[in-house]
Amino acid sequence: MDLGVIDLSRLQFALTALYHFLFVPLTLGLSMMLVIMEAVYVMTNRPIWRVITRFWGCIFAINFVLGVATGLTMEFQFGTNWSYFSHYVGDIFGAPLAIEGLMAFFLEATFVGLMFFGWNRLSKLGHLIVTFMVALGTNLSALWILVANGWMQNPTGAVFNTDTMRMEVSDFGAVLFNPIAQAKFVHTVSAGYVCAAVVVLGISAFWLLKGRYVAVARRSMTVAAAFGLAGSLSVVVLGDESGYALTDNQKMKLAAIEAAWHTAPAPAGLTLFGIPDVAARETRYEVQIPWVLGLIATRSLDKEVTGMSELVLKAQERITSGVIAYDAVEHLKIDRTDLVQRARFEAHKRDLGYALLLKRHVADPRTASPQLIAATAWDVVPNVPLMFWSFRIMAFIGFFMIALFGTAFLLTSLRLHTQTRWFLKLAVVAIPLPWIAIELGWMLAEIGRQPWAIEGVLPTFLAASSLTRGVLWATIVGFTALYGTLAMIEVRLILATIRKGPFEHDEDPQHAPEHAAAPALTA
Amino acid sequence: MFDYETLRLIWWGLLGVLLIGFALTDGFDLGVAALLPFVGRSDAERRMVINAIGPTWEGNQVWFILAGGAIFAAWPFVYAISFSGFYLAMFLVLAALILRPVGFKYRSKRPDAAWRSRWDWALFVGGFVPALVFGVAVGNVLSGAPFRLDNDLRTFFDGSFLGLFTPFTLLCGLLSVAMLVLHGSAWLAIKVEHGAVHDRARTFGTVAGLASLVLFAIGWAFVAYGDIGYHIVGAIDPAGPSNPLRTTSEAARGGWLVNYGLYPWMMIAPLLGFGGAALSVFGIRRGSETAAFAGSSASAIGIIATVGLSMFPFILPSSIDSHSSLTVWNASSSARTLGIMLVVTVVFLPIVLAYTAWAYKVMFGRVTAHEVATNPDFY
Repeated sequence: MDLGVIDLSRLQFALTALYHFLFVPLTLGLSMMLVIMEAVYVMTNRPIWRVITRFWGCIFAINFVLGVATGLTMEFQFGTNWSYFSHYVGDIFGAPLAIEGLMAFFLEATFVGLMFFGWNRLSKLGHLIVTFMVALGTNLSALWILVANGWMQNPTGAVFNTDTMRMEVSDFGAVLFNPIAQAKFVHTVSAGYVCAAVVVLGISAFWLLKGRYVAVARRSMTVAAAFGLAGSLSVVVLGDESGYALTDNQKMKLAAIEAAWHTAPAPAGLTLFGIPDVAARETRYEVQIPWVLGLIATRSLDKEVTGMSELVLKAQERITSGVIAYDAVEHLKIDRTDLVQRARFEAHKRDLGYALLLKRHVADPRTASPQLIAATAWDVVPNVPLMFWSFRIMAFIGFFMIALFGTAFLLTSLRLHTQTRWFLKLAVVAIPLPWIAIELGWMLAEIGRQPWAIEGVLPTFLAASSLTRGVLWATIVGFTALYGTLAMIEVRLILATIRKGPFEHDEDPQHAPEHAAAPALTA
Repeated sequence: MFDYETLRLIWWGLLGVLLIGFALTDGFDLGVAALLPFVGRSDAERRMVINAIGPTWEGNQVWFILAGGAIFAAWPFVYAISFSGFYLAMFLVLAALILRPVGFKYRSKRPDAAWRSRWDWALFVGGFVPALVFGVAVGNVLSGAPFRLDNDLRTFFDGSFLGLFTPFTLLCGLLSVAMLVLHGSAWLAIKVEHGAVHDRARTFGTVAGLASLVLFAIGWAFVAYGDIGYHIVGAIDPAGPSNPLRTTSEAARGGWLVNYGLYPWMMIAPLLGFGGAALSVFGIRRGSETAAFAGSSASAIGIIATVGLSMFPFILPSSIDSHSSLTVWNASSSARTLGIMLVVTVVFLPIVLAYTAWAYKVMFGRVTAHEVATNPDFY
């Protein structure tokens, strides 16, 4: 394995996935908000809500196309760049991707055309249903891709088949109702709702500060405040920490986030601040809140939160056991009817993936010395400082969002939101924050999964395609240039749309009668 | 339910259905995009062309994405090997396809002519390049790809990007362009009002239809007399484990015509390919747009089915290793996954087809110059 190829493959996947996910959260949340806005229009029959829906629909459209465009890359990138991964787990991992296409992508893509083109061809209710279908489709696609991703974090319902040298599905229900996937779905979708609410809140605040399009801005803000409050509470309270007790890798993630080098007596304290020192395997200047971590992670006062050193010792045992499984597989390749080897394989197959970790250091894991096994066990520790800090920044932004939307909700309820200028300024400044939190969240989930592509099953360094550095550089440069150009164009178009305001195809903003529209707030 | 052998056959058929679904729906979007700068001369004309596919192309594109996902789920070997083996070609396709959604949506957002012209050419690239590369890829599948598997079933390649382009594969690429441009012209003839754009679409359609006939015939000759084709040596276990190392294959001149001797009914496919293109040209000349579109659709079905049937049971032969070729019997998912995915498909595909039909019905009718000028929802 050329580690340069692995690093470049990871770099390309990270770049394209993080870039793709700049657009997805806004699509997830804004589609839902469009349904709310249009529902108000259909129920109250006030034209202003049609204007509101169409304007945010315009922002949605500019953002949506880039989500679709960059999503194309993602659908094929497992095959192009992670060929051995695709072979090794395609039997399980491919299914949610195919179902996503069949159930979600067709829904959103077919109805999105009608949403933009159907204003004059559909009844009011018909168009609302179309908008709802788009929202349903985007949110369903999040469900299926997180079923796939959740399986990478907790590969249940699958076994290794020695005849085909890959994982095969044994219990599809377990893949579907994987608790980690469910938690991730709620967390990710809520984050998308917060992201869209912040955008609507921020742009509305910008207009209110400028005194433009006030009728649209203050109503939009009311929707954003309520939607954002619900979303931000959900994203924090229903964070995916509930899955952290489930597997060794999830426990390791939690330990790395907390920079917990050793198991602390129960209930463990939550580290608020500290400087993780990787070389010394300790955390300096630690500030802890007693009990809190134990409560969050184990939902109890008497269960321990396992530290990294203890998890490494466990990994060492699993590597030793995995080598036996690996040896049995090599025998079964030659003679698949060998019952003795079959029995050895069955007894140790759970740890087969751990033996593969040794391939980073030796060609044949069976030749590894106990010292090498002990050293390799430390490979299961992810990048601790990165985990530690990205979690803290993400969580801080999460709590800030609750405060922001709590204030927004209070102000809109008291109808003070149009004149509270410090808050309007804060809302504009807050626009980038959800993206920072969301991207950090993904880095936390996926860098925290390292060294695994599939937790406990397939190490990342074995998962890539047999490509050369040259072609990888070519596509990394190509994607960066293409995506960079498109990002610039998109931002300029969105800014132009905001400047132009909501009345592009409707009545002149100057003639929007403020007093006549005011009762709509109570409606 | 079904046994493993039957499930594999069904999924081989569904693979064909997905590729044909893609060619019939998004195929005309690709053809229309490739024609855009030529059938539309003025901005108003080009907007007519874009809006002839604007409301529905997005749903059509999902056939392509679904084909990717379904190949991953049902034929993981094919997904893993073909996309990494044709790595730079795949990048080219993706980069070109990425230009499409953005081009449609952003082009008419600004009035200036240079901006719009740049996007028109971007859309041309987004239609022409994928159409060409898909054909070249199919040509390479027919000639065999230079890959081999080790005994962990990891794939290695000996090929290069330029090695993908041989006279035969380029011919397949051109056939693919001609087939999709014909289909795109037939769609434009149905979808835009009578006038300059309509007339030009008919002219391009005639040329593309005739080109399809000629290129398909030359392709057939290549397969009959050239050095193309493979066959399987020794016994086949259609219900055996998915492990290509257990199959032995070798190159065999004329190997892709053997099936037509064994199963003469398969000749329906190439006949449909020729007959459809001829019917389409006839329809275009006689002003029968239904015949033109039915003909171009039949031609695409026939040409794609010809490739699949000629190669059966091969899906992707290896040109350098006799124990790596992928076939219907050695490259699928497990029986359980094939069964689950079949149930999902049987439930959801009809629903998809139903609402897709409804969407087309809502958008029924010709795009007129007047509507393009006045409807603010148009691209």
